[in-house]
Amino acid sequence: MSKILEGLKYSESHEWVKVEGNIAVIGVSDFAQAEMGDITYVDMPDVDDAVEAGEEFGALESVKASSELISPVSGTVVEVNEALEDAPEMVNEDAYGAWIIKVEMADASELDALMDAAAYKAQIGE
Amino acid sequence: MSEVNVAPQESLQQTCLYSAHVALQAKMSPFAGFMMPIQYNGITQEHLAVRQKVGMFDVSHMGEIFVKGPEAEAFINHIFTNEIRGFEPGKVLYGMMCYPNGGTVDDLLVYREYLANHFLLVVNAANIAKDFAWIQEQAQGFDCKLDNASDRIGQIAVQGPEAEKTIIEVLGYKEAADLAFYTFCDVEYNGERLILSRTGYTGEDGFELYTTPENIVEIWDKLLKAGVQPCGLGCRDTLRFEAGLPLYGDELSPEISPVMAGLGMFCKYDKDFIGKEALLDQKAGNLARKLVGIEIEDKAIPRAGYPVETPEGEEVGVVTTGYHSISLDKSICFALVDKAYAALDTPLCIRIRKKVFPGKVVKKRFYQTNYKK
Repeated sequence: MSKILEGLKYSESHEWVKVEGNIAVIGVSDFAQAEMGDITYVDMPDVDDAVEAGEEFGALESVKASSELISPVSGTVVEVNEALEDAPEMVNEDAYGAWIIKVEMADASELDALMDAAAYKAQIGE
Repeated sequence: MSEVNVAPQESLQQTCLYSAHVALQAKMSPFAGFMMPIQYNGITQEHLAVRQKVGMFDVSHMGEIFVKGPEAEAFINHIFTNEIRGFEPGKVLYGMMCYPNGGTVDDLLVYREYLANHFLLVVNAANIAKDFAWIQEQAQGFDCKLDNASDRIGQIAVQGPEAEKTIIEVLGYKEAADLAFYTFCDVEYNGERLILSRTGYTGEDGFELYTTPENIVEIWDKLLKAGVQPCGLGCRDTLRFEAGLPLYGDELSPEISPVMAGLGMFCKYDKDFIGKEALLDQKAGNLARKLVGIEIEDKAIPRAGYPVETPEGEEVGVVTTGYHSISLDKSICFALVDKAYAALDTPLCIRIRKKVFPGKVVKKRFYQTNYKK
């Protein structure tokens, strides 16, 4: 059974969002990292890139498969987690500690479309 | 996140070891019409077990076709690219069957049995029905009998530097020590025939065991109890890829001939076989694309279908298989490229999603193989 943190928002495509003022910190859920298996590479955008809610902003790669990362919000990338370049396995080890990007949100009301922990738990059937 | 590669649902067969895989809580997925184990403990762990110690694979999905009769040799030589005349009982030969246009029907192993005029063909699971139909059609006019025994034979591959020791100590087959790579012998298990073959698809030393499904279930259990790592199709692909071995459907197909795939050494032109004229023509330079290895300078992973470009941005090919190699810690791939770009060290780039990664053409055998001579 995978870990789900209270207080975060979740997307249907298994990204989590932690809201810090107008900044959305984005990662993938514990359920998603377990489904992927050993993650060997995290493809991330650059700082100042624009991201759009529902659009791809990067990818996770395991040995066998690649999975697109979908941005839960629209805005501008203000920081990427460079530590993941050398240590992508951090996503497996601590999915909620290993944030991937921070986005300055253009429209915070997009957060309303995301799930809370209880709704996400129901989605993944746990 | 969204899964990029989703396998289609179809009516799926199970191998004799299906229950064993479920009991081990393997991650199962459809492959070649069978529900097969992709991994048990993780692809990396299973891959390293085969490179460093020993691992075992359920390869019961593979097809076995027996050919016998006074003209069996002449018939096989007619459909097979390699030369089986003068090749002795107990030996195994790799090669392909081709269409008249040089496209590949399948790649396969031919076993010359110890009984005169008896042969065994081992073909890819996905191609069993297609191959058998093709073989039957070509056999018209040859005095030989064909038997598709695929449902009556199971197969386990035991692979890795400790494979010989495992076969001798766990299964008691001392004969294993005397087999060279690409030879086999007949032994018995529960009074029934077992073909002990020193072959494999990993780049390591190893054995493939063919016998009844009931025997295979028992043997798997014995090997498991002896501590042999069960290995899924996930690492079977990473292992064969590092060793430069093709997978039918990726590096060989009706559109990809053995010559395009760089497998010309398994085609012998001093005999006649179906597809010979077309392959000779390609060998003389009349081919559009060639299979190459490409290494890129990044950890990003080139996957099948990604475009290959020149440094100027012209698309000149496509990736057929790619990984971040577990044994070599490099991102490498096989790609089919226009022949003008196939020379070693040619700079080529791979487009991975929105970014372009520079690289160059390298030898396809990425990993130094360790076969028993």
